[in-house]
Amino acid sequence: MSNIDFDQKVVEMKNITKKFGDFTANDNINLTVHKGEVHALLGENGAGKTTLMNVLYGLYNPTAGEIFINGEKIEIQDPNVAIEKGIGMVHQHFMLVEPFTVAENIILGMETTKGMGQLDMKKAVKEVKRLSEKYGLHVDPDQKIEDITVGMQQRVEILKALYRGAEILILDEPTAVLTPQEIKDLVEIIRNLTKEGKSIIIITHKLKEIKMVADYCTIIRRGKHIDTVDVSKTDEDELASKMVGREVSFEVDKEDKEKGNVVLKIDDLVVEDNRGIEAVDGLSLEVHSGEILGIAGVDGNGQTELVEGITGLRKISNGKVLMNGKDITNKEPKNIIENKVSTIPEDRQKRGLVLEYSVEENMILENYHKKPFSKNGILNPKGINDYAKKLIKRFDIRPANEKIKAKALSGGNQQKVIIAREVSNNPDLLIASQPTRGLDVGAIEYVHKSLVEQRDKGKAVLLVSLELDEVMNVSDRIAVIYEGRIVGIIDQKDANENKLGLMMAGGGATDGQE
Amino acid sequence: MLANLGFILGTTLLYSAPLMFTSLGGVISENSGVVNIGLEGMMAIGAFTGATVGFYSGNPWLAFLAAGIASGILALLHAIASVTFAADQVVSGIAINFLGPGLALFLSRLFFDGATMTESIDFNAKMPRPLNGVFAQNSFLDLVFNQYATVYLAFLLVLIMWFLLYKTKLGLRIRAVGEHPKAADTLGINVYKIRYLCVILSGIFAGFGGAAMSLAVVSNFRPTLISGHGFIALAAMIFGKWKPQGAMLACLLFGASQGLVIFIGRTDLQVSSQILAMLPYVLTLVILTGFVGRANGPAADGIPYEKDEA
Repeated sequence: MSNIDFDQKVVEMKNITKKFGDFTANDNINLTVHKGEVHALLGENGAGKTTLMNVLYGLYNPTAGEIFINGEKIEIQDPNVAIEKGIGMVHQHFMLVEPFTVAENIILGMETTKGMGQLDMKKAVKEVKRLSEKYGLHVDPDQKIEDITVGMQQRVEILKALYRGAEILILDEPTAVLTPQEIKDLVEIIRNLTKEGKSIIIITHKLKEIKMVADYCTIIRRGKHIDTVDVSKTDEDELASKMVGREVSFEVDKEDKEKGNVVLKIDDLVVEDNRGIEAVDGLSLEVHSGEILGIAGVDGNGQTELVEGITGLRKISNGKVLMNGKDITNKEPKNIIENKVSTIPEDRQKRGLVLEYSVEENMILENYHKKPFSKNGILNPKGINDYAKKLIKRFDIRPANEKIKAKALSGGNQQKVIIAREVSNNPDLLIASQPTRGLDVGAIEYVHKSLVEQRDKGKAVLLVSLELDEVMNVSDRIAVIYEGRIVGIIDQKDANENKLGLMMAGGGATDGQE
Repeated sequence: MLANLGFILGTTLLYSAPLMFTSLGGVISENSGVVNIGLEGMMAIGAFTGATVGFYSGNPWLAFLAAGIASGILALLHAIASVTFAADQVVSGIAINFLGPGLALFLSRLFFDGATMTESIDFNAKMPRPLNGVFAQNSFLDLVFNQYATVYLAFLLVLIMWFLLYKTKLGLRIRAVGEHPKAADTLGINVYKIRYLCVILSGIFAGFGGAAMSLAVVSNFRPTLISGHGFIALAAMIFGKWKPQGAMLACLLFGASQGLVIFIGRTDLQVSSQILAMLPYVLTLVILTGFVGRANGPAADGIPYEKDEA
């Protein structure tokens, strides 16, 4: 199974420190990788994994520390040196030129020529085919990048590195964009590569995949080296607690709580999607204070349209939405917010934040016109600043800098900014739409805790999620949505995966309230 | 009839050439990701330099080269601003458009005793016509093909640029830098060097375009000589989908409108010359708004490239 040659250390990074101004991204980190090994770098978003690999690939120069490749000490000033030493990197966001063909992308920077700088594409295509077959990558050299799937684009990236003679391959969050089947294919490819004596460093925060593919795992937390473990001798719980720095429970702690009055009442709601089809089709629902109502369902059953309808972003064509008994159907979003509805939107980068704005500006997006943030139409920088600092501290947003742009934050911290803003509005109803998508375990735990905290304060929480585990763990009651209607509502205690799964597939409610 | 057609075609070629040079300048700059709306200003400096060096040296080729160099230097300013200092490329281009004609006028007054117009160059010092005398005078072939050398050069340059962009290593790199500079950077390609090269080349070509006006179409420089030609060339580049061959066809179209204007001006048709003179510009507007639709240029066109780390 394992293809490791322990006599050959292909990568040794010793005491690597990388500082950006006052911020230490990597603090004295050590990493050793042997020939034929799959080594996982585990850490939360923003822990410094990618920074460390950017140092190895020459994109950043380390502040201190030494790098040895095959026992030879080298200085990697830029990617050219790394490439020359057999290091290849597949970035999380692919570095592919969309209108170019696969072959053109692969040879770029190391072109095959007929002399006089004239491209020799025939030779390039042949070479790409050869490599592709050797490692079972199945790519067509003549197709354009814009026409191929994400999974195939990733294989092009891998080929790009192999074409450059990479012996050490760095994969940055390789599964983030892949479907389950594509992930299986990738694991197979990684096996093929190690069989050929390549070494792989895989950056990830997904524990399942580490168990699936890695031999060793180095855990980094807040820029520090925590441990390097033999993956076969550990389990997901241990990895998770080392990554986060404390016990992580995948279960959500919450006490039983009597639910209160009806806060949100939805009556026979109809909302059309962009194509004019009734995505929400006669949906009725009640959410009480002091409860989390989870909406489970397969993607595309009207979840997005339901949330957009309630929050005033999409026109409601029929039915009513009542908030504390007051009709908020088709009201302006601003009006709905004033009726104590807060939302953690599905797409945090598009709807939740203005990425080009600073953290403090994002925090007052809904209240900028109120005191103390502005007076007589003029913003009050001090009021904004004080408020932002307070929230950053209270919600533990990192880095604790209210002036940086929202786009510079990790996904988890972006979500914290949104939660901070929405929760601080002191809503009666908090709508959370896929609030943990793309987050690592620590951040997921944080989001879940925040939701439960709101519920314990007596707020009504409407959780919409595609993750069945999440709905089952967090909710008090679970409503299953299917083709724009609620097909059944069951208590968390009575819920199990089979029962919900059946309902989500339109199998009908046996013990629902409707 | 044939003679009329010959005249129109010949004039079309004559007027297309300056546009083609300049448009190719736009093509190379924008394919590397730098918007160059300063073509107009660069063309003006080229036209002035060409006419002046031509007048004093009597050597059209020296004048042509000098025009390229002068505009290349002006383009260097654009490169420094927009590549090194990541300035807004449109703003920098506008500055060039003020600087170019202003400088040309100032230097014209300096070199020609306060005249706003350079002195006409001697007929022998104009661009040569390599095929002069090959065809019978005023025959159809003569009218069409007996052109100034700049016309042939413009077509040659289209071919060279097409080959460069699509068939060579450098071309692949230029286009990669214009589409996805970061990808190019991670593969060890120097984004800044490529962009400098392309912006300077674009200036040189625009200079050639200006000189093709002042050394061939007419034989001196005056402040109204380059009036919108740079912008028309820019429009042609967009209409031609940022490709040399496309830009060439678009320039021929604009050149044809010019040819038509001149032809109609010589006939008995009673059309106000002012209205006729508007034709190429109206055509530009119509084409840009009506036919181009959503043209997709290089993805990173106009976006300064900055590395994450200084």
